[in-house]
Amino acid sequence: MAVNLATLRSNVELALAGRVAAPFSYRDRHAVETVSTGIAEIDSLAVGLPRGALTEIFGPACSGRTTLLLSALAARTAHAEACALIDGCDAFDPHSAEAAGVELKQLLWVRCRNIEQTLRATDLLLQGGGFGFIALDLGDMRADVLRHVPLESWFRFRRAVEDTPTVLMVLEPESNAKTCASLVLRMEAEPARWSTTLEAHATDFFRYPPSWLLEGFGIRAELLRSRMQPIATNSFQKPFASAGRSELFETNVLRSYLSVVRMEPAPK
Amino acid sequence: MAFASIHVPNFPVQAVVRAEPSLCNKAVALVDGAPPIWNVIAANEVALLAGIELGMAKSQAVQFHAVEIRNRSRVQEKSAHAALLDLGASVSPRMEDTAPDTIILDISGLTFLFGSDENIYRQLMQRASSMGLLVHVAVSSNLEVALQAARGFSGITVIPPGEEAKCLGKLSVRALLPSAEILETLERWGVRDCAALAALPVLQLSERLGQEGVRLHELARGACLRSLVLAKPGVRFEEEMALDFAVAELEPLAFLLGRLLDQLCARLEARALAACAIRTHFDLEDSFEKDFQVLSENSPPKLAPKTYEKVLSLPVPTRNSKMLLKLLRLQLQADPPHAAIVKIILSAEPARPRAAQGGLFLPSCPDPEKLELTIGRLANLVGHANVGSPELIDTHRPGDFRMARFAPASDESTIPQKNATAFTHGSRETPLTAFRVFRPEIQVNVEPQQNDPTRIYFRGMRGNIIAASGPWRTSGDWWREDTWQQDEWDVEVRFDSVSGQSQKISSPRTQNGIYRIYYDSLRAAWFARGRYD
Repeated sequence: MAVNLATLRSNVELALAGRVAAPFSYRDRHAVETVSTGIAEIDSLAVGLPRGALTEIFGPACSGRTTLLLSALAARTAHAEACALIDGCDAFDPHSAEAAGVELKQLLWVRCRNIEQTLRATDLLLQGGGFGFIALDLGDMRADVLRHVPLESWFRFRRAVEDTPTVLMVLEPESNAKTCASLVLRMEAEPARWSTTLEAHATDFFRYPPSWLLEGFGIRAELLRSRMQPIATNSFQKPFASAGRSELFETNVLRSYLSVVRMEPAPK
Repeated sequence: MAFASIHVPNFPVQAVVRAEPSLCNKAVALVDGAPPIWNVIAANEVALLAGIELGMAKSQAVQFHAVEIRNRSRVQEKSAHAALLDLGASVSPRMEDTAPDTIILDISGLTFLFGSDENIYRQLMQRASSMGLLVHVAVSSNLEVALQAARGFSGITVIPPGEEAKCLGKLSVRALLPSAEILETLERWGVRDCAALAALPVLQLSERLGQEGVRLHELARGACLRSLVLAKPGVRFEEEMALDFAVAELEPLAFLLGRLLDQLCARLEARALAACAIRTHFDLEDSFEKDFQVLSENSPPKLAPKTYEKVLSLPVPTRNSKMLLKLLRLQLQADPPHAAIVKIILSAEPARPRAAQGGLFLPSCPDPEKLELTIGRLANLVGHANVGSPELIDTHRPGDFRMARFAPASDESTIPQKNATAFTHGSRETPLTAFRVFRPEIQVNVEPQQNDPTRIYFRGMRGNIIAASGPWRTSGDWWREDTWQQDEWDVEVRFDSVSGQSQKISSPRTQNGIYRIYYDSLRAAWFARGRYD
């Protein structure tokens, strides 16, 4: 029996020679290196962004996905890493990125028009290699278009980025990468913070109508899957099961003309 | 002092074979002349063995099916001569440009560099072979002896000092390049080789053949003395190819470009240089239907240019011909010439090759050559204007920027300190809210109430504005046609219904959020610039 098994094993190894290096050796999961997202709350929630793995950030519009992306880009470019942004909807704002601390010279921005171009551009960049951070922004694409992206594309991305020092981040309105993603975060916006001058001029409301100023809003990030940080506490749960932990962080709005007061007439 | 003469035998044939390596082991004959009279002017040994004779009419030569007939190409002879000069310059800076097919090098003292004399000769043969040339090399302490020996003997010939006359004795008098009249006289006398010529009394020879006879006598004895006339190696790296038939498709064109790039890169390598830019020049075929370009409906038709020129700039100097060919292909795919090509000229701008020391602790950065190829492919996919590094412009116009070439720094010290310090001690406390832009901006309908926007109709959805901040008035560039004057608002919107036009949005609640809208005073309309995310 043992002889038969050995023969069978050698036959399988011969058949897979050149394609699979060691089909019967257990491939140990390496300790995943993570990098900071630039947001302390997210770092404490998800340890950081894993290198050589796919990270999926999803949520509805205005849920803080791009804030997280720009923070991560700022952190990576500050360390002189070459970063790439594949912009599926041409929605990237360089002014906002510059204000968030992104070193724009370190960023390769690819402006795509449709999902086919976006996926092809991602393939090219992953094959080219050498990037420390690649972001795939599909945030404004229609959910039904993204649902039709074949699962093999996500598998291909995962395989291409594996064993490389690249962080691959995908921004979407819904989760589509399924198990290909090593880290999945769901983002949700909290009510916005507005400041007002109402109290200061409450006595003469009609002469001095209140002015409002957007200060920022809170963002709640929920960890749905993490392969770097086993969260299960008992043996009946899967070791990398999704967890419902979440963190809340606040953002600030930077306006370049905050000193302007409301003196001009409103448009007719 | 030692001189090495390098001679390319059958130079016109070798120049053609260099440009068309598939002819390497075939019988080749070159024809030249004024149409319709074409005669064979050169042929390689295989063709001569097959029965081709010099001076034979082309109509006779084409009867030999095994022989490839080509037109003589002076363009390729020029390129082959330039390659020969580069070969010489790769070994010694002291060089004489004796003839299109011959150069002479001063190789004194080069043993410190190459190890031994034999190694120098071997290097010369190898480098010539890598440039597509088969050469004869002769070495002597006498410059003229080396020259005659290279023309007369194949392979490597080393003539020791004092044995010049003995070595040249076996050489045919034809190798001394006498005039046809003198050659005929010598043949009538039965003088066939240099030994017989050197044995003639010089005084009587002078009476019968004049000064030319005396010069030939000195050459035959190896007694002619002259100094080297130094030539300065050129810095122009150019390869040309005139095509017999116009090429209109990319695949055959890429094949030809590959050949020229191989030759260019071999020449650059011989001079220890690399290319920092490749200039492409095509002469285009005359074609009746493509001679006029219609730029727009209103503009009159414009005569189409007869040439096509492009410059491929490289971020780092390289001489990798395969990579250059891929980049040229991508460039041609993105912007093809409008007519078939009849002549190709490729020139390289030389630069010192990149010398970079890799570091163990440097951050990950793409290899510049690979990156250029990746960017070229991306540009081919999404357009050149859509790939690059964003660069902010010094203007107040909202959302203005330009795309610059992506050239990342691999050294952390080159990154401005303000960013680096911000992330050294952990994460920032409060991140800035990011903004996403709608390109182009979306026209919206806004219902104002007491000067404040209260309701918005956006992408087929109706939303209530629950908070608004504004207006923030900006204007500028009043002296230009594209002046702007806008009143911006930050509005928090709750969408409550979807019209029939917006069936693709499953739930309007997913679009709730904070938007930036503006009223354009010049266009008298409301637009959505983007949203905070």
